[in-house]
Amino acid sequence: MSGDNAHGAQKSSMRTPIGKVRKLGPAGSGTSDFWRQRITGVAMTLLILPTIVVIMMLLGRNQAAAAQILGSPLISLIMILFIIASAIHMKIGMQVVIEDYVQNEKLKLVTVMANNFFSIAVALAAIFAIFKMASGV
Amino acid sequence: MTMSIVHRATGIALYSGTLLLAWWLIACAAGPAAYANVQAFTGSWIGRLIVFGYTWALMHHLLSGVRHFVWDLGYGFKTADREWLTWAALIGGIVLTVLLWVIAYSMGVAR
Repeated sequence: MSGDNAHGAQKSSMRTPIGKVRKLGPAGSGTSDFWRQRITGVAMTLLILPTIVVIMMLLGRNQAAAAQILGSPLISLIMILFIIASAIHMKIGMQVVIEDYVQNEKLKLVTVMANNFFSIAVALAAIFAIFKMASGV
Repeated sequence: MTMSIVHRATGIALYSGTLLLAWWLIACAAGPAAYANVQAFTGSWIGRLIVFGYTWALMHHLLSGVRHFVWDLGYGFKTADREWLTWAALIGGIVLTVLLWVIAYSMGVAR
């Protein structure tokens, strides 16, 4: 968000103006999101093949068979890892899009917050479903 | 340059598409009736079109993302390299999508 109040900009400081704003960027959190986007991107590149194999295994099966497959330990783990990586990745990606196109500061605040809510809710819903199938209840 | 916005657009499409993924997983966890609803949707022409589009968006975003990793590592900035990477992502995305659906249909998704 706004970078001017982040990380304790003091009234009298030895830090140069450029030093105060360096690395903050439009997200106000520096390069951590940039790096996290790369980590999750690489994670999903590695996980995409196992994930596709899992989805292919489910095609043409009924609910009971699909739930049993999705609930088995290794497959649950693959799905959960993919869901976590994609939730973080899509949250950061959408935030970058918002920061690029939404000029109004308050609207930006609201949309970034909505983006967080959506990403967390979708990820938790999917992970909860996997947990339910893994526990077999 | 145009492909940069395609990377973004496919990203946004995949973002919305997670709703479908979550719906599918929840329905599978919920039981046969809920799962039948998902299958009825994905079996309809509009549902199938959306899932096909989702497959393409995922494959294109994946390859386009790999292209960004190549650039992150400091390679592929020459004009010819950039052109090659862009075409590889574009054509590769379509080829992978068609390939996945050929496999899917051969495994009985059409039933």
